[in-house]
Amino acid sequence: MKKFEYGMAKNLAGAFEFLKESEAKIKAGGIDLLDLMKEGLESPTRLVNIRTVPELSFIKKDEKGNLHIGATTTLAEIAAHSEIQTRYRALAQAAKAVATPQIRNVATVGGNLCQRPRCWYFRSADFNCLRNGGDHCLADEGENKYHAIFGNQDGCVVVHPSGTAVALMALDAKLVIARKKESREIHIADFWVTPEDDVTRENILKHDEILTEIILPATEKSTTSYYFKQKEKQSFDWPIADVAVVLEMNGKKCTASKIVLGSAAPVPWRIEKAEQVLKDKQISVTLARQAAAAAMVDANPLSQNAYKVPVFSAVIYRTICWAAGIDPFAA
Amino acid sequence: MDHPKNKKTNETNPKGISRRGFLKGLGVTSIGVAAAPKSELLAKLEKTPSPNGKLLGKDAVIITLEVNGKSLQVEVEPRFTLAEVLRDHLNLTGTKIGCERGACGACTVIMNGVTVNSCMTLAVDAIGQKIETIEGLEKDGHLSKLQESFIEHDGMQCGFCTPGMIMSAKDLLDKNPHPTREEAQEATAGNLCRCGTYPKVFEAIVAAGK
Ligand SMILES: Cc1cc2nc3c(=O)[nH]c(=O)nc-3n(C[C@H](O)[C@H](O)[C@H](O)COP(=O)(O)OP(=O)(O)OC[C@H]3O[C@@H](n4cnc5c(N)ncnc54)[C@H](O)[C@@H]3O)c2cc1C
Ligand code: FES
Ligand code: FES
Repeated sequence: MKKFEYGMAKNLAGAFEFLKESEAKIKAGGIDLLDLMKEGLESPTRLVNIRTVPELSFIKKDEKGNLHIGATTTLAEIAAHSEIQTRYRALAQAAKAVATPQIRNVATVGGNLCQRPRCWYFRSADFNCLRNGGDHCLADEGENKYHAIFGNQDGCVVVHPSGTAVALMALDAKLVIARKKESREIHIADFWVTPEDDVTRENILKHDEILTEIILPATEKSTTSYYFKQKEKQSFDWPIADVAVVLEMNGKKCTASKIVLGSAAPVPWRIEKAEQVLKDKQISVTLARQAAAAAMVDANPLSQNAYKVPVFSAVIYRTICWAAGIDPFAA
Repeated sequence: MDHPKNKKTNETNPKGISRRGFLKGLGVTSIGVAAAPKSELLAKLEKTPSPNGKLLGKDAVIITLEVNGKSLQVEVEPRFTLAEVLRDHLNLTGTKIGCERGACGACTVIMNGVTVNSCMTLAVDAIGQKIETIEGLEKDGHLSKLQESFIEHDGMQCGFCTPGMIMSAKDLLDKNPHPTREEAQEATAGNLCRCGTYPKVFEAIVAAGK
């Protein structure tokens, strides 16, 4: 790592003060940023540590029942939080499924959303891929086993790496973004940037903006959710396919749903065609399988990742069943 | 063959230098713990004082780390990781460095009661935190029950993953004194063993909790 100055902010004002330097970079848990710096892909002249800012680390409920999560809350804290486990199960499951215990103790939810893709060409200083300023995507015609099956026709075929993003999209989260004394609230779906819009970035944050909190809307008792991550090995691994499902139930009928895929596209990928299949129907294994088939209609696999289509189909139908509390393997 | 328990870890050769001691000597002489006047360097610690936080310059500063209950002063640059400072500057070479990317767990230490990858932790972020490393487990020349259990159950082959494995296991036992095999598996999920000794590791951890 190249030398850098180190700002240890005591509060948000301090963080913004230290961020005035144009080559400064925010550091939360540092798990992604230090990796990029060790590889020589990032060389900020200053890091601004926001994990020392107490006002960014909290989980609290407001009077309307919305749950607010501070951006530097760790994944371990989210996974262990009893109200998140019961009211927003998919998020607790997603946080718990990320990486290893050691990483979850340090990695923050804000950093997890803002981490950069894990494509091997992008992550290596030996390649100059499109996302790193090169002239074409090396994975598109190269080694693309773990790459996108949706949204992969605009130059770059990475998949979005964040597991918590998948759950937060399905749970309709809002994000609060602050810049000096101003702050704005956006829906998480408006946070992501596709390769078509700008291939060099994955989200809309500007250099001096800080993601300060995540807001989860109050849920009804009749809302249920589930997140599942399919890996190649049993112990910790990156997903080859992950899915979050949120169902609004009226008795046995599903009145509305959100189905979001991770490791599928350059941004977390919502599948409205599958949601339509579930609308106003009673969830069954057969219906869940129909929804999964609908989800894959527009899939466009690359040369090495067609295997992802049946994997996603299986994972989607099972996750719908688990969200609805039915056994996906019942005959 | 000697039981590993009876072997001294720092065997000396005929020339009277232990291999470990030789390796350590190489790494440390040029860096060492700072000798410059303390007040001068501490003054440099804060480049520009601000009520909203501290800004460290790019160059080395003296910091105090609390490792295994001892306060240790060491000169570090903000870019130094805790793993390299423990090993190269504080001579605590029990903590290993494998991948240096947060993926293998060889560098696992306990910081303020949770396990972390010290290769992905900046030393300056460890100021004021209680750090526990493998060296802190032995008391008065006696290995801890957990370490004994690893020996008893053959919980290692080459031993490279072992310090990290044991720190993850210690953290588990500190919180859950009688873990199941599944809990032992989950707690060490971030520790890779290239020799594949996992079943013996899980056995050793469960037995240490009995
Ligand atoms: C072995 C291994 C396995 C992994 N497996 C998974 C996995 O299965 N699923 C998964 O999702 N992830 C996985 N990860 C990635 C890991 O979860 C992320 O690197 C981590 O969550 C990043 O969080 P952080 O707080 O450390 O972020 P940092 O590294 O501190 O920051 C990441 C980026 O976000 C920016 N940033 C951070 N916080 C803010 C904020 N509040 N406002 C604005 N910008 C901000 C930083 O400037 C930086 O660019 C894995 C990592 C490793 C090493
Ligand atoms: S050396 Fe730190 S995790 Fe591998
Ligand atoms: S014993 Fe050799 S790596 Fe685990």
